[in-house]
Amino acid sequence: MADSEILTEHIDPEAHKNIFWVVNDCWEMTRRSIRHITRSFDQIISLILFPVMFMLLNRYVLGGAIHTGINYANYLFAGIFVQVLAFGANYTTINLAVDLKEGIIDRFKSLPMASSALLIGHITADLVRNLISAFIIIAMGFLVGFRPNASLTDWLLVAGLAVLFSLAISWMSAILGLFVKSLEAAQWIGFVIIFPLTFISSAFVLTSTMPAGLRAFAENQPVTQVINAMRSLLVGTPMGNSGRLAVIWCVGIIAVCAPLAVWVFQRRNR
Amino acid sequence: MSTEVAFEVKNVAKYYDKVKALDGVSLQAQKGKILGLLGPNGAGKTTLVKVLSTLLLPTKGTAMVMGHDVATEPDKVRQQIGLTGQYAAVDEYLTGLENLQMMGRLYRMSVKDARQRADELIKQFDLEEAAKRPVKTYSGGMKRRIDLAMSLIATPPVIFLDEPTTGLDPRSRLTMWDTVKKLAGGGTTILLTTQYMDEADNLADNIVVIDRGKTIAEGTPDSLKAKVGSDRLEIVIGKKSTVEEAKKIIGGRDVQVDKDKQTVSVASRGGVGKLKEVLSRLERANIEVDSISLHRPTLDDVFMSLTGHTATKDSSTEEAKKKKGKK
Ligand SMILES: Nc1ncnc2c1ncn2[C@@H]1O[C@H](COP(=O)(O)OP(=O)(O)OP(=O)(O)O)[C@@H](O)[C@H]1O
Ligand SMILES: [Mg+2]
Repeated sequence: MADSEILTEHIDPEAHKNIFWVVNDCWEMTRRSIRHITRSFDQIISLILFPVMFMLLNRYVLGGAIHTGINYANYLFAGIFVQVLAFGANYTTINLAVDLKEGIIDRFKSLPMASSALLIGHITADLVRNLISAFIIIAMGFLVGFRPNASLTDWLLVAGLAVLFSLAISWMSAILGLFVKSLEAAQWIGFVIIFPLTFISSAFVLTSTMPAGLRAFAENQPVTQVINAMRSLLVGTPMGNSGRLAVIWCVGIIAVCAPLAVWVFQRRNR
Repeated sequence: MSTEVAFEVKNVAKYYDKVKALDGVSLQAQKGKILGLLGPNGAGKTTLVKVLSTLLLPTKGTAMVMGHDVATEPDKVRQQIGLTGQYAAVDEYLTGLENLQMMGRLYRMSVKDARQRADELIKQFDLEEAAKRPVKTYSGGMKRRIDLAMSLIATPPVIFLDEPTTGLDPRSRLTMWDTVKKLAGGGTTILLTTQYMDEADNLADNIVVIDRGKTIAEGTPDSLKAKVGSDRLEIVIGKKSTVEEAKKIIGGRDVQVDKDKQTVSVASRGGVGKLKEVLSRLERANIEVDSISLHRPTLDDVFMSLTGHTATKDSSTEEAKKKKGKK
């Protein structure tokens, strides 16, 4: 029929290989999420405010009372850095919950696009947000007395670990975003998980000062490993196994959470 | 090849815990035709649209779009359809143009085609002035238009429109009707859900009426209207005492009287001729007439005659809705 020829002339998925389109879909979704960052006042404000606040409060309110054996600004930096990265991932939960609540999710799901693209878009946007946060944190760190002795290679390793950690926690957050029933829940659930995870760690104090139970948790959870590894790279505290463990944890979390999130997303409410 | 089927639903049911959103609906649309799906709140219209657009898996039955089963070949189906859901599905932070271009790329059009089509649609839907503003700043009607444009960007052969005119002002409504007609004229097959009889009447080649998940009637607009009854002439009589007499004078099988309102009504199959005739007969009998008016059958009348209950005040579905809202 002549009509249907006209109708489908625009759609030509065969023009490229499948993988091309998957990348295209992810890019479109990422671009959308990044536009949300630059056009949403809240996101920009929190992006700047969080790192500044965390750094100043911890450095000056708590800093005087805490003894870590080294200059507290040097100790604190890795902790705050990782904490800010972790909190940044809450945006994946929130933005995903917003998308799922609004009609736009039906639109996306009715398209021939790769179903994981929406998730990947949000997570890549997290990475971009966290990159911006990272620059602010580093600037703040230097302001409050952080003096690293890291080489270029060390900095690159820190950056790599930061990306890996950001991805891991974002994929976890994506799963939360798929399950929460409301926007309010999306906001607090991230905090309920990320606050304990970052506080019961080596972020602000030596884990050796904690009661036995907490200490056992703190010393064996991924956030502590990531912080210890970064701290070691930046200011030369002992590395121990933390580098290896941090990478294993992050890769493990991604390997489990990413396919799980995609699977849940595809089957959700069908 | 004029009888090729574009989409087809066979015995589809969708059950939730307690609600049977769809309970065995079958329908079919030929290529290039408009199928109207008419039903009150909670009838199952949106559920059926979601099944056809691969968003929901039916509990029972099958749905095929352009020869592909929605359950087993959702990707193939998605290549062929455009969906405009009941609620605007537009990215509020993106501009109208960006929304359209993004959709084009997700439909796997080339960058050039996507740009070109986006520009065309912006013009077609009269959004030139707003094209570069975030959709956040659009009025409800503008949002609805960009929403529809987004499902048209890839000119898919099958389009699902879930209550596309609800919330539009009369002018935008007519523009929307026009667009839908043009699409069908170009060979697109359209499923259009609505709560308005006149909309289905105006647009659809075929109408399926559903209520509480079940088909209660189907046919061409004319055959449906014939079932429901025709327009009615309503005559308000000047004096209460003459109402009975007026009834006798007007006569006919389906003449009805409402004594309290002093009204006599009768089917007006004869159109203007009937009106003249009734008036002159009353005049000859010296019966005073206060006013006279013509009433078209409403969706409520359709439902009344088909189901015995009205469409809008259905307590059971209302309750189901509330429960859903609470969740
Ligand atoms: N996820 C769900 N869980 C439980 N019940 C649901 C769900 N989705 C829909 N229903 C119920 O299924 C029935 C049909 O809903 P549907 O949205 O298809 O109606 P509709 O014809 O589109 O109504 P409206 O004109 O109000 O849009 C309703 O009673 C509704 O409450
Ligand atoms: Mg509906």
